[in-house]
Amino acid sequence: MFIRLLPTLILMLALISVVLFLIPNETLVKYMGEGSGVKGWITAALLGSVALIPGFIAYPLCGILIDNGVAYSVIAVFITTLMMTGFLTLPAEVKFFGWKVSVIRNLVSLAAALFIGLIMGFFL
Amino acid sequence: MKKFQKYIFPIIFLILIGLSYLFDFAAGEKIGLNFWMFFKEMILFLPLMFILVGLFDVWVPREKIEKHIGGESGWKGTGLVILLATLQAGPLYGAFPFAYILWKKGCSIRNVFIYLGAFATIKIPMITFEIGFLGLKFSLLRTLITLPVFILIGYLMEWYLKDKNFEVKQP
Repeated sequence: MFIRLLPTLILMLALISVVLFLIPNETLVKYMGEGSGVKGWITAALLGSVALIPGFIAYPLCGILIDNGVAYSVIAVFITTLMMTGFLTLPAEVKFFGWKVSVIRNLVSLAAALFIGLIMGFFL
Repeated sequence: MKKFQKYIFPIIFLILIGLSYLFDFAAGEKIGLNFWMFFKEMILFLPLMFILVGLFDVWVPREKIEKHIGGESGWKGTGLVILLATLQAGPLYGAFPFAYILWKKGCSIRNVFIYLGAFATIKIPMITFEIGFLGLKFSLLRTLITLPVFILIGYLMEWYLKDKNFEVKQP
């Protein structure tokens, strides 16, 4: 199972590496920083959904963003979508769950992330 | 030949990265560094997950899974899968093979998706890490708000997939 998944996984990681290179931290701060409003939310949701990125990369990245003035609610959306939805990682997910269920799981998670951000916004 | 085809893109990618290093092409080097970071993480966690899947397959009998996290397991079952997921580490795609073995052994659809949600967002080994970077208040709030949300997702997926012959496949 591992060996059969390997080419898909390597391709996926290669794509994520390229995307991460194309979007430097300064760009993230620019679009999600202070006064970005709805635009910040949309950016966080879209960029967060690109790939599945685990906590130990997502947390430090979000730490930098908060230090640069990105709102906590936007960070909540970004971090949740980073960890739960990944459109570049779909090829691996599809092999287990099929297209329909994978896409639905990702879309529902995306909606959930926005909801979580909204509630976080009330508290922080 | 078909087997080889699957490896064409990964091989082209690695050759390009290798060439970037040879000719000091900065963009390629940075992408290579990113790739190495993700690759290390995959190669560290994924084989462990597969070993765990294998052991689970051999050691845990189907009746146990069905009884504790199957269709009739209720809140205790939900609690158990969340505990199981939060104790594991790694990126979410590492959880897919484990979700497969859970499902194969009789775990309910609801609990499979709750497992994935918990695995993605809440990690006991990672909590201190999150607090360090994002603060105690943010981390606690995020955990407390996220928990009911993905339990709800589990119920939603179960409701949607109930009569649809859903299965988790082995790739």
